[in-house]
Parts: sequence; C-alpha cells; structure tokens
Amino acid sequence: MSGKKSEGKQSMPELAPEERIHSFDEVPLGYTPEMAVAEAKRCLQCKRPLCVEGCPVFVQIPEFIQLIAERKFTEAARMIKQTNAFPAICGRVCPQETQCEIKCVLGKRGEPIAIGRLERFAADWELQHNEVEPPERPEATGHSVAVVGSGPGGMAAAADLAMWGHDVTIYELFHAAGGVLRYGIPRFRLPREILDAELDYLTKLGVMLRTNFVVGQTATIDDLLEEHDAVFVATGAGLPRFLEIPGENMLGVYSANEFLTRVNLMRADRFPDYHTPVHCGANVIVIGGGNVAMDAARTARRLGSENVTVLYRRTRKEMPAREEEIEHAEQEGVQMHFLASPIEIEGDEEGWARSITCQQMELGEPDESGRRSPVPIEGETFTIEADTVIVAIGSHAHPLVPETTPDLEVSHRGYVAIDDTGATSKDGVFAGGDIVTGAATVIEAMGAGRRAAESIHRYLTDEDPPNGMSRSD
Amino acid sequence: MNEIVDREEIAPDTWRYVVRAPEIARRREAGQFVVLRVYDRGERFPLTVVDSDPDEGTIELIFQAVGTSTRMLAQMHEGDQILDLVGPLGRPTHIDKFGRCVVMGGGYGMAPVIPIARALKAAGNEIVGINGARSADQVILTERMEEICDRVEICTDDGSAGHKGFVTDVLQQMIEDGEQIDFVLAIGPTPMMRAVAELTRPHAIKTVVSLNPIMVDGTGMCGGCRVEVAGETKFACIEGPEFDAHEVDFDMLMKRQQMYSDMEGEARRMFKPHSTPLGKEEHPGCHCCEEDDNER
Repeated sequence: MSGKKSEGKQSMPELAPEERIHSFDEVPLGYTPEMAVAEAKRCLQCKRPLCVEGCPVFVQIPEFIQLIAERKFTEAARMIKQTNAFPAICGRVCPQETQCEIKCVLGKRGEPIAIGRLERFAADWELQHNEVEPPERPEATGHSVAVVGSGPGGMAAAADLAMWGHDVTIYELFHAAGGVLRYGIPRFRLPREILDAELDYLTKLGVMLRTNFVVGQTATIDDLLEEHDAVFVATGAGLPRFLEIPGENMLGVYSANEFLTRVNLMRADRFPDYHTPVHCGANVIVIGGGNVAMDAARTARRLGSENVTVLYRRTRKEMPAREEEIEHAEQEGVQMHFLASPIEIEGDEEGWARSITCQQMELGEPDESGRRSPVPIEGETFTIEADTVIVAIGSHAHPLVPETTPDLEVSHRGYVAIDDTGATSKDGVFAGGDIVTGAATVIEAMGAGRRAAESIHRYLTDEDPPNGMSRSD
Repeated sequence: MNEIVDREEIAPDTWRYVVRAPEIARRREAGQFVVLRVYDRGERFPLTVVDSDPDEGTIELIFQAVGTSTRMLAQMHEGDQILDLVGPLGRPTHIDKFGRCVVMGGGYGMAPVIPIARALKAAGNEIVGINGARSADQVILTERMEEICDRVEICTDDGSAGHKGFVTDVLQQMIEDGEQIDFVLAIGPTPMMRAVAELTRPHAIKTVVSLNPIMVDGTGMCGGCRVEVAGETKFACIEGPEFDAHEVDFDMLMKRQQMYSDMEGEARRMFKPHSTPLGKEEHPGCHCCEEDDNER
C-alpha cells in the first residue's frame, strides 16, 4: 500500500474473520493518517462536485477531503459538521457506494474516492484527540421544539434546531438514546463509544433528552404542543413484520428487532452478568436479504452459533443489503441460501422451533422495484434444521403516534403524510424518516430530519435558517 | 424521578410500592402497565399499575419477588429511585355497563383486578369479587376489594381462609346456583385464566383476561409478547394486555412464557441478596459483589 496516486482506493485494514466471531469489536479498523492522506490526494477536487449531489445532507466533500490532504484532520471534521453533525456515524453506516461514491468521476475508470472511510477518519481523529468543540450558538430564539424519537432523524433535526438557537427536547421511549443506532445496529458496525460521543455532542449543543417517555402514551402530541411551539415526529418504522406462516409463534422465533434489541441494548451477549437472556441455537436461520438480516446473522455467529444461514427469496444480486455487509457476513461463515421462501416452521412438543420448510423459487419478471421477482417452482419444497429463526423482513409504521393524534393524516399503511416541507396535516407538527417513508437508511432519515428542521425554523421565525440545506429547495 | 415514597410487604414476598411518577399518574387508566428496570445491567419487565393519584403524582405497584428483577426491586428502600420507569403502556380496559360482573384474581393477580373492578363499579355495574390464594397469609387486598365490590368471596387452596378450593370452584358454584353473571374478569397465573375461560365458555359468559407474556420494550417494537387470539397474532403490549378469554391460545402463551425458564435459573443463582438499600455502589447479581463476598 503506497501513498502514490493510483486507480485503486486505499484499502482499509479489518479485523480477521476468525477473531471477529469471538467478539463484538468493530470490524473495519479505520485508516491511519498516512492512508487517509494518500487517499485524500487522489481526489480530483472537481469544480462542480457530483459527489455532493449524491449526499442526502450535502456534506462539503471536496473541501473536507482537501483538508485531510493538508493533514488538517480536525478542521476536516469540523467542515463536515457544518452540514452533518454526526460524521463518525455516517462514515460507518452510510451506503456511500450508492450515494456519494457512485457519483465520483474517478469511479468511471478506476475506484471512486473512499469518501466514507475519509469521513470516518476525520471524525475519529477529532474524537480521539479530544478536539470536539460545539460551535458557538446564536442567541436563544425563545422557541421550543419537541423531537419525538432519538434515532438518526431526530438527532439530525435536533442538532440543526439547537444550532439555530431553539430550545430542543428529544423524547425517547427506551432508557437510552440513539434509536435504531442503539437497539438495531450492532456494535461491531457502530461501537457504542462512537454513538455515545455523537450523542454527547448533541448535549453540548444544548439539546435536552427525556428517556423513558413514550409519546402516544406518556403524553400525546397535543400535550407536547402545550409545552413546545413545534413537534418533529421521527418515531421510525418500529413495528416488526412477520411472515404470517404457520409456526411463527414457536419458541425460538424472533423478530430481528427483538433479537438485536436483546443483544445491542440489553447486552444479552453478556448474560448472566447482564440479566436479559437470548436464545441462539446451533442452527440459526435468518429470513431476509437486507442490512438488518446481515446484522442478525453476524450477531448470531458472535453468540456462538455454528450454522447460520440467511434465507432470501431472490438471489444475491437482488439483495438490498450493502455489498460490504454481505461480504463481511460471508467472511464470518454465514451461509446464504437463495431463492428460498419460508412456508412453515415446524416444532417439537414443547413448542420449540426445530425446522423450517421453504418453497423453492426462481426469478421471474422485474417488479415495480426493478428487481426480478421471485416465482414459486410448483411442488419443489425443502426442509432445513432451525432451532432459532430470526425474521428480518422489514417493519410496519409504528401506530402509537398516529392512533393518539386524531388530526394527523396518515398515508399508505399508516405512515404519516407530509408535504414537501415535512409539515403534516396538523399545525406545528412535522415528520420525517421511516415513519414517513417506511424503512430506509440512517442518512436518509438524517436528511429528512434536516429538511424538517429547516421548515420548523421557517415556521417559528418566518426566516430562512442561517446555514440550511439551501440546495434542497 | 421515580422515587419510592412508600413500601410495605403485604404478604410473604409480595410488595406494595408507591412511586412518584407524575406523568404516568396523570395519564394512566385501568388495565395499563409500566415497564421497569431497576439496575443498569437489569432486565426490562412489566408491572400493572394498581392505582394512581394524579394530585400526589404517584402510582401504586404490587409485585411478587420471584425473579431476579423483582427480587432486586423488593430490596429497594423508601427514598430510593427506580432506575427506569416508563408508561403507562398497553390499552386501557374497555369499561362498559355490563350488568352483574364477577372479578377474580389469583394470588397477586388480585392487584391488577383492583383498578378494573373500581372502573366497572363506577360505570354502574354490580360487582362480585373472588379473591383466591394458596393460603390465608397470601390473601391480599381484601379490604380494598370489600370497599369496591358488592360481595367478596375468599378462597384458599388449603382452606385456611374462606372457601377451600380454587377461584374457579367458587365461580362454578355461582354458575350452578343460577346466579346472573354478565361479565367475568380473571387475572392470575395463566393456568387459572385458562380454567376460567373453559368454565365460562359453555355458558357464553363474556370473559376478559389480562395476559402477561414476556416483553422487552412494551411499545410494539420487538414482538416478543405476541399471542394468538382468534387465530391471529397480536402484540399484547399495544393491542392488549386484555383479550377475550375465549379466543386466547393459552397453550401457546404458557409455552412462550417458559422460553427462558432454564436461563432464568442461571441468573437467579448469580443473585445475592443484599441487606442494605440498593445504591449506585452496589451491583447485585454481578461478579463484583461475589468477589466482595468472597473476601469477607
């Protein structure tokens, strides 16, 4: 690995697969300063940077990369933070390959700049060198905003609103903040020190956090509007979907949400030191082809399961998971079984799952998503052993807020309806993220949070925010 | 936050706590529950809210110290704060004027019956209470039941108080005697609730039970609490916890409640009772305390 300008990007060192499955340590180890500088120097510094157009929050990519090339690492982190308060998270979990990096001119003939790795490097540098400083806040506006949900959408909105001088309180139903970053994404992809540090940054911006507060139960949106001037609903798509096949309520069958929450939030990996248990048998079947399925499968390997198999009804090409996640899962010994659609879970007398029967599928015509849709091959089924089954096929809109807010319009399948500005049908109430769009990515939720924050600022002050995402208008 | 303002052992290993939680006290209705965590490595677990005082900003919880978490809760003292307390959760009980209602509780299952009985009474129903326990010292809340109900029957397995027998025996006698029963509410161990359902089914008496499956978040996020009702999967935390007893698959519920029974034993062995209040410096249930004990 030399620092010379080359067609290929600097590779990032990773924990060896055989070491990974014995710990929850982070897998990609990050660039060294030398690697980062060498990678940054590959950037062409385009006058009209296409990469920025691919970023949901318009990070000033060429500018921060130039600062890394000049070894001004902390300055680079602060440059990113002008438009994205959480670079250490986004550098890790964003699908850069389909957002900024796919637009990179270098990608046409060789490999694009490793924007995500550089973002992570700059953010980690600033954190590790204790150089995180909250930007100066303007004078308080006297306006108060409630943010419902402390996941990526809520965090991004809260950061912007606080930077523009508003009083912000985030309401979170769990006992710890972060939403899906806390209960869903495993620590080997996002170490909790990183999440805690980014949340700490929010507190430094003056954001208040109320945990153990279920909006829709502890208080309604109308109650919040009595104390706050505006509300941003970012509750996520929290209700897990099941397959609705026989045997799905057997013992040992989990939603990915439950399985991951038990491990990530409640630390079932350290049972009985931590008191929340989880069952993870020798033969684990994970159903689904997305990032959540990969997270669950890789977690099961780390809990000691020998045979972990992902069942997906299409083929590898159609898998919605990031390539990197699929590769990591395969390196860690997760098996992939394609063109398989579960039809029944069989169990023993005590009610424990023992096997799963699947319909063999083949690819047919493309569906509305453009992917070839799976079609059953008549009469071809097979059965495999399964003592733990993890269902990772997505989620439904969480019903608590819509159900308790009668004048909040919902669109298809219970998702909250918004206009172009993120405003809902209810005055002063805005929404964004998975509760509007259905399950999407962390950065898309952050983008929605930032757009809603702008609209909330305009709603409260009748003015444009000082440094909003002008390009989104 | 979440300060314990009063505590009392009302029966062996059965505790009544009054906890300061103004927001929950203000919103909570009969049939709803809270989720607690008492220690930073502890589990989240649900408890029904027995009563609340919105003016005082307090809620009342009654629980039996049987598992690791409830035993740790039982060791806390007045003035201590419960680490995490969230609610109210679940749907409130559907209260209507049914006519003559029988409300029955088995053991500390009597506790969640109280608020519902009170709400039914306030809606103009006539209430007969059946208060059952294993023996006389485990019969709880008798005075409060007598306050609310038009008539209270007590029964114990060993006959040390009231009728000798189960709550279902008392109900069966009432049915056989031709007493008018328009509605039955039964809360207690799952086998008891199932027995009540089987008893009232042939007589088509509307019967409601409050289910207590294993929960993690208590807000619909995990699906760990799913139960089968009328052949459909329901999340007890947001669609319950109360369901029509004649539609519940009790067999599945009982199996699912056993999902961690082997592991719970393991956790319990790790738990060492403390004689002092649970403070920040103490970590019952973890290795550091065991080491301390060994040193002594």
